[in-house]
Amino acid sequence: MKTLIFSTAALVLISTLYLGIQGAWSNNDDPSHGLGKWQNMKARSTGVAPVTNTLYAEECGSCHFAYPPGLLPSFSWQKVMTGLADHFGDNAELDAQTKQQITKYLTTHAAESSNYRRSRAIMYSLQATDTPPPLRITDTPYFKREHREIPNRIINLPKIGGKLSRCNACHQRADKGSFNEHEIVIKGLGPWND
Amino acid sequence: MKKILPYLIMATITALPITVRPNTSVGLQEFSAERGKNLWNQKHTISGQTRRCTSCHTGNPRQAGKHVRTGKMIKPMAPSVNSDRFVDHKKTAKWFKRNCKWTMGRECNEQEKGDLIRYLKSI
Ligand code: HEC
Ligand code: HEC
Ligand code: HEC
Repeated sequence: MKTLIFSTAALVLISTLYLGIQGAWSNNDDPSHGLGKWQNMKARSTGVAPVTNTLYAEECGSCHFAYPPGLLPSFSWQKVMTGLADHFGDNAELDAQTKQQITKYLTTHAAESSNYRRSRAIMYSLQATDTPPPLRITDTPYFKREHREIPNRIINLPKIGGKLSRCNACHQRADKGSFNEHEIVIKGLGPWND
Repeated sequence: MKKILPYLIMATITALPITVRPNTSVGLQEFSAERGKNLWNQKHTISGQTRRCTSCHTGNPRQAGKHVRTGKMIKPMAPSVNSDRFVDHKKTAKWFKRNCKWTMGRECNEQEKGDLIRYLKSI
């Protein structure tokens, strides 16, 4: 855990420096440019990009929380979208046109196309393995690492349902793309204390 | 023309039942809330699991349901308490297709869909 915090801190530092330098380089013609970019980066670093597409929110949010596309690479989204008739044991079939529109949204906003910190962490964790990216967010190495300390006694609560796929059961601001540790409240248990 | 008219009428009358009969034998019966209710509550065994419409929608369509796998709340199915039901044909057709396949292992036919809607609209 310590090393993780350390490496995350190092990463943030490096990217700050990098942006700083970039800002300095491009400062010449627009003095506010460097700062603008830095402010942008700060806003972006809180989590993943929230869902912005209403068709996606409607169609893929009817049975569960609409997962932000930045939580998986396009490889995974593509696979999820071609197997909707047997979707993790459920039937989530769509007509061809809707399917195509949603696939486009997901693949163009996938983790590898996002600047947000969690998306980058997910890509980083996937690049460190030889296996192809999984279909589930909950099967990515980054996700598993972040959640390995949660005891089964909590995971098996009826509200959680034995799996970790109900993000918003614990992360109260998941719909805003925010997964900060101190926003976690598990109903009936109160805030998460590490 | 005057002379053949009675024959023509007679011929039509005798031919009528023949042309109509096959239609009634495969056609729809009057929709029935009773049959709809039975189907709504009927158990099916699919992939070793017991499944029914009420697995997610609850036995009382005036109440909110809960997705059996994901736990997400599903608004009541009875239009008497949820006026958004059965107003968007495309949406209704999409869910009939998915949910009949998942619950019963096949699509519902027109008779069954009609019976189900009649039932849900009756309560
Ligand atoms: C008919 C209901 C239904 C619809 C519609 C639906 N899903 Fe799902 N989805 C499920 C179920 C059930 C699961 C498995 C949940 C579990 O195992 O806890 C699931 C799981 C997932 C997961 C894996 C979550 C994890 O464990 O990391 C992803 C990703 C996903 N769905 C994406 C989508 C997308 C994209 C769409 C829209 C095209 C969609 N879903 C529409 C029912 C649905
Ligand atoms: C049972 C409650 C629970 C569920 C369900 C859950 N999480 Fe978490 N999550 C946590 C806890 C607790 C932590 C903090 C773990 C730690 O630091 O020990 C966490 C940490 C995280 C982090 C890292 C946050 C940080 O500040 O470092 C991310 C990102 C995250 N979760 C995303 C998700 C996503 C996406 C889902 C759904 C696919 C999900 N979580 C489902 C409880 C949950
Ligand atoms: C696995 C869970 C599940 C099961 C089982 C299930 N449904 Fe559904 N059903 C849903 C969800 C989720 C929705 C969409 C959410 C919503 O519209 O509020 C839905 C919506 C519908 C709709 C759309 C109504 C409209 O026009 O708004 C119909 C019709 C329907 N279901 C019929 C059935 C029938 C008939 C069965 C049994 C053969 C059944 N469902 C079984 C989960 C389920």
